[in-house]
Amino acid sequence: MTAKHLALPAFSLRHLHVWRRNALVWRKLAIPSMLGNLADPLLYMLGLGYGLGAMLSDVGGMPYVAFLASGIVCSSTMMSASFEAMYSGFSRMHVQKTWDAIINAPVTLDDVLLGEAVWAASKSVLSGMAVLLVAAALGLTQSALALWVIPVVFMTGLAFASMGLIMTAVSPSYDFFMYYFTLAITPMMLLCGVFFPLERLPGAVQAVAQVLPLTHAVALARPLMQGSVPADAALHLAVLVAYAAVSFYLALLLTRRRLLK
Amino acid sequence: MSHLRARGLRKSYGDLEVVAGIDLELKPGECFGLLGPNGAGKTTTLRLCLGLIEPDGGAIDLFSLPVPARAREARQRIGVVPQHDNIDPDFTVEENLLVYGRYFDLKESEIRARIPSLLEFAGLNGRARSRIHTLSGGMKRRLTLARALVNDPDLIFLDEPTTGLDPQARHLIWERLGRLLRQGKTIFLTTHFMDEAERLCRRLAIMDRGRIIVEGAPRELIRAHIEPQVVEVYGDGAERWATEFGRARSERCEHTGETVFCYTHDAGLLVQNLESREDLRYLHRHANLEDVFLKLTGRELRD
Repeated sequence: MTAKHLALPAFSLRHLHVWRRNALVWRKLAIPSMLGNLADPLLYMLGLGYGLGAMLSDVGGMPYVAFLASGIVCSSTMMSASFEAMYSGFSRMHVQKTWDAIINAPVTLDDVLLGEAVWAASKSVLSGMAVLLVAAALGLTQSALALWVIPVVFMTGLAFASMGLIMTAVSPSYDFFMYYFTLAITPMMLLCGVFFPLERLPGAVQAVAQVLPLTHAVALARPLMQGSVPADAALHLAVLVAYAAVSFYLALLLTRRRLLK
Repeated sequence: MSHLRARGLRKSYGDLEVVAGIDLELKPGECFGLLGPNGAGKTTTLRLCLGLIEPDGGAIDLFSLPVPARAREARQRIGVVPQHDNIDPDFTVEENLLVYGRYFDLKESEIRARIPSLLEFAGLNGRARSRIHTLSGGMKRRLTLARALVNDPDLIFLDEPTTGLDPQARHLIWERLGRLLRQGKTIFLTTHFMDEAERLCRRLAIMDRGRIIVEGAPRELIRAHIEPQVVEVYGDGAERWATEFGRARSERCEHTGETVFCYTHDAGLLVQNLESREDLRYLHRHANLEDVFLKLTGRELRD
């Protein structure tokens, strides 16, 4: 690690070239990709939401399916951004050497990584939006306030994309990502209020959940979909922004160390 | 004014000094070759010149811009053919050129206008819409070359451009590089193929263990560093023949495996003697760059 590797990121609009490159690849596979993104969250939402929901009275002051829908919007975003940043990112960085090709042109690695993070976030917005649309169609959203979920989902995607890019930067192979899914993604899925209210958890576990990014995404999306302004919105947003910024910086310096040596 | 100038360039990894103080200069329109065995530091030198890695010492200018500080701007006028093809497997031939052109901030219409002539240059006419996995190794290499030309660069870096290609494909690449030189492009080539360097480069440097050991025109190097004639002798009895006859009648004699190399100014006596030896096969030839290379870098394997 040299001083140069630790330098703050320098961004330019050239990151859009990287974004457009990924978008062009995605366009060719858009339909299967969208269906894949949608099938899993829909099964959770409909299966658990109506199946399990039938046995429950209101959860958190709303029908269980509505409670779950807002959680699934966020977890689906998390999954989509993480997969894109890790598996697809690793293919481009390590297997296809696409990033090496790009930095031979007048585009810096900083812009390559920003392009990748914004791309993964954009793709995760599509996943989150797909779930949101289904929820809206089922009458599970209450007002136009639900549209504010879109920027929340983008910020959530950016945070998880940046965290995923850290894993990509240090990964020797695809298998490595399983650790991250087992140790980070799955616990968040279960502990951050997607399936049941955080308050049901023991105090110590709640304290841990409070520092995880998905908790804050859910805390924003759930009231918005229910038609109310979230409490402490600025705080929750700040946590997501901090996760994105710190993770991105870490991912960048680890990627610089890996590729610019 | 030179396109590239490097002074006292150094780069170490741990205790290993991969580039140990080298000077380089490329004048407009010339083809310069950097030769060396595997691990000599050629690729590291190229990456330093492109500003992708920070040198531990020395100074580099590309088109009079300091590198790495302003390397990104300098790369606007540079094309790179990396050692291993990294064309985008998700795209067609045409899309590869289009997407790569965008990295130079070129307008889409501008790139599209260039694509037909790039495909013609690469011998990929009619392949615009082909998927990458349908191309042969030579075609992929030529596409990589065409991609490096998408910004109409003044200086082209080629890192072992013909490694792994069959003779036909290599000759086609050489012919195309010749065309680029005639158009006035400047080429910086690394290779370990001596015939490639001899054919293309007006000036070359041989690099080993991070240092440039000699530099000059190919013919000059041969004249300065090696005896003009070589007799290669093959077979079981070659070594004994050398001890009994050859060694004393040549200036220098080297032996590897079953082959003896005799270097001399006058091979008359050696050839006369070998003519009468039914048990030995031999080849009498002019000394070439490979002889210089092997003399200066040694015959042992580098992995």
